[in-house]
Amino acid sequence: MERDNKKAWLYLLPAILFIGVFMIYPLIDVFIYSFEEGYNSASQSDFGTGTFNFQYVLRDPYFLQALKNTFILVIITVPMSTLIALFISLGLSSIKPLRHLYQTVYFLPYVTNTLAVGIVFMILFKKTAYSDGMVNLLINWFGGESVDFIDGPYWAKMFVLCFYTIWVVMPFKILILTSALASVKEDYYNAAKIDGTPKWRVFTKITIPMISPMLFYLIITGFIGAFKAYSDSVALFGTNLNAAGMNTIVGYIYDMLYGDGGGYPSYASAAAIILFVIILTITCINLLVSRKHVHYS
Amino acid sequence: MRVLLQNLTKKFPNRNKKEKEDVIAVNDFTFEIPDGKLVGLLGPSGCGKSTTLNLISGLLKPTSGKIFFGDDDVTNLPPENRGIGLVFQNYALYPHLTVRQNIIFPLQNLKGKNKLSKDQMNQKALEIAKLVQLDGLMDRKPNELSGGQQQRVAIARALVKIPRVLLLDEPLSNLDARLRLQTREEIRRIQRETGITTVFVTHDQDEAMSISDIIVVMKDGVVQQIGAPQEVYDNPSNLFVAKFLGTPPISIFTGSIKAGRLYIGNDNVCSVDIPDTAKVDVGIRPEGFILKEDGPLACKLDRVEVMGRDISVVSQHEAAQTTHIRSIISSDNKVDFGASQVRFSIKPNKLLIFDADTGNRITCNLQ
Repeated sequence: MERDNKKAWLYLLPAILFIGVFMIYPLIDVFIYSFEEGYNSASQSDFGTGTFNFQYVLRDPYFLQALKNTFILVIITVPMSTLIALFISLGLSSIKPLRHLYQTVYFLPYVTNTLAVGIVFMILFKKTAYSDGMVNLLINWFGGESVDFIDGPYWAKMFVLCFYTIWVVMPFKILILTSALASVKEDYYNAAKIDGTPKWRVFTKITIPMISPMLFYLIITGFIGAFKAYSDSVALFGTNLNAAGMNTIVGYIYDMLYGDGGGYPSYASAAAIILFVIILTITCINLLVSRKHVHYS
Repeated sequence: MRVLLQNLTKKFPNRNKKEKEDVIAVNDFTFEIPDGKLVGLLGPSGCGKSTTLNLISGLLKPTSGKIFFGDDDVTNLPPENRGIGLVFQNYALYPHLTVRQNIIFPLQNLKGKNKLSKDQMNQKALEIAKLVQLDGLMDRKPNELSGGQQQRVAIARALVKIPRVLLLDEPLSNLDARLRLQTREEIRRIQRETGITTVFVTHDQDEAMSISDIIVVMKDGVVQQIGAPQEVYDNPSNLFVAKFLGTPPISIFTGSIKAGRLYIGNDNVCSVDIPDTAKVDVGIRPEGFILKEDGPLACKLDRVEVMGRDISVVSQHEAAQTTHIRSIISSDNKVDFGASQVRFSIKPNKLLIFDADTGNRITCNLQ
């Protein structure tokens, strides 16, 4: 028995070493940095420990802006993308002809590079000397005024960011949901049909509970992914996100480390810890809610 | 409710696109199910029995033909307007709902003047649960129930709206042997108590024979024979039905008729009142063999299996179409296990003669 145990540890050793060095140790380090005031990675020195970093970060208007942006992004894109993906998947699973073509079309954004997609969005939304962008052309055609979506008002930029995020995360959700819908046995629908169950009731009482584990998975990963958003914002608004007012928490952390005003690992660590606490809280709430509404068979 | 199927035909497009011909799942099925009877649709897999059930339920639309419930033509009615209860082979219980919620589910769909209050629904669910003896398990989830209990929940859900016709698709196939015996009694009892016309599908002839009032034997989409179980067993209309019904199966020999005598191989078995025929198929039920020292049928003894009440004698005969012929005789008989040969005489009513080409039964008097 004992020897078996040792063997097991031996087999686990490579993974434990790898995870220990590249994940556990950095995590602990980040935690320590966040409480060390003015830590300097070059000289390995600090001015003492305390909650100063957190106080600074929480008062930093750039961080508050990033926090606000991230929350708006999360609250809008997670439910929207999941809902839209659900309806598209429902549509996909109810049509027969050209289904594979549609599936491919919906899946394209997933295999396309984020930054490449960003350029496409620039063309769609950006105002240049030559053109106001495709979307503005449409708005003009309907008799509206041109809006500068990239350098213009906050709501316009936020709209583009949300639109872009939803568009990027949707394919994966559609992929998961179409397979989840396909796994619901036809017999359940037949049973419901024989009982004369209205369509809406079939959807809410049978389809949704049956695919609830997958929906839940998408919501959890969606929340986590949206809280960690950064590249989407860079793709649309460039690297100086603070100036554009479109920074996110991860963007703020990056700027604190490597940005123009960077070189503050302590502030970056504190912001990272705050992000971690936020994600942890949200995930815990999700888990609590799911206990009642998610049905694992 | 009397159910009438009139020239019912269902064709499916061929999966193999090179073959243009449609697959005929049910071919010209005409049958009247009398009110309050339990009918078993019996046949090997792929014979169209489940398709027939789905046509009655309305989940499938017939290619041609009509279906009547009583005097109502329901051929074009959607399933929900037919007033049927259907129990699926795998029960299709909603796994996220409790037994009570599963049973109530159909009632919650009622609209308008049929709408029930919560108390009424619970009351009805409880009544039905009592009928299927589930009343102690109302708050369990389906995966916390045994196979037999799940089966009864499925039946309760199908019965709660008091359907005009109850349909069961392979109701016992997911149960183990003992539970199967018990559950088929249960189905019989529930059917008797409710008096609802019931159609069930099975490939197990024991199941069909034991509880049905009427059995319908099908093969390749064509009805072979309809009748009371005993009658179909005693008087099969063709070789297929004779072979399909009965365990152990009927033994088939190649025989001939010469001058009013039936020969199996060279053994002159009995007299028969049909004209000379060079080749016929002769079927003998296992219980039709009588051990007799000077009996006409001489067989090479293979082995003897003792089963307590009966003895099963396994032997060989050169004219037999199967390698072994199995006969069941009472254990009162003394069999010489060491002998190399056994001789049988045959009970005339257990001997069936079939046309060698068409497989149709040739009825005759045997002596």
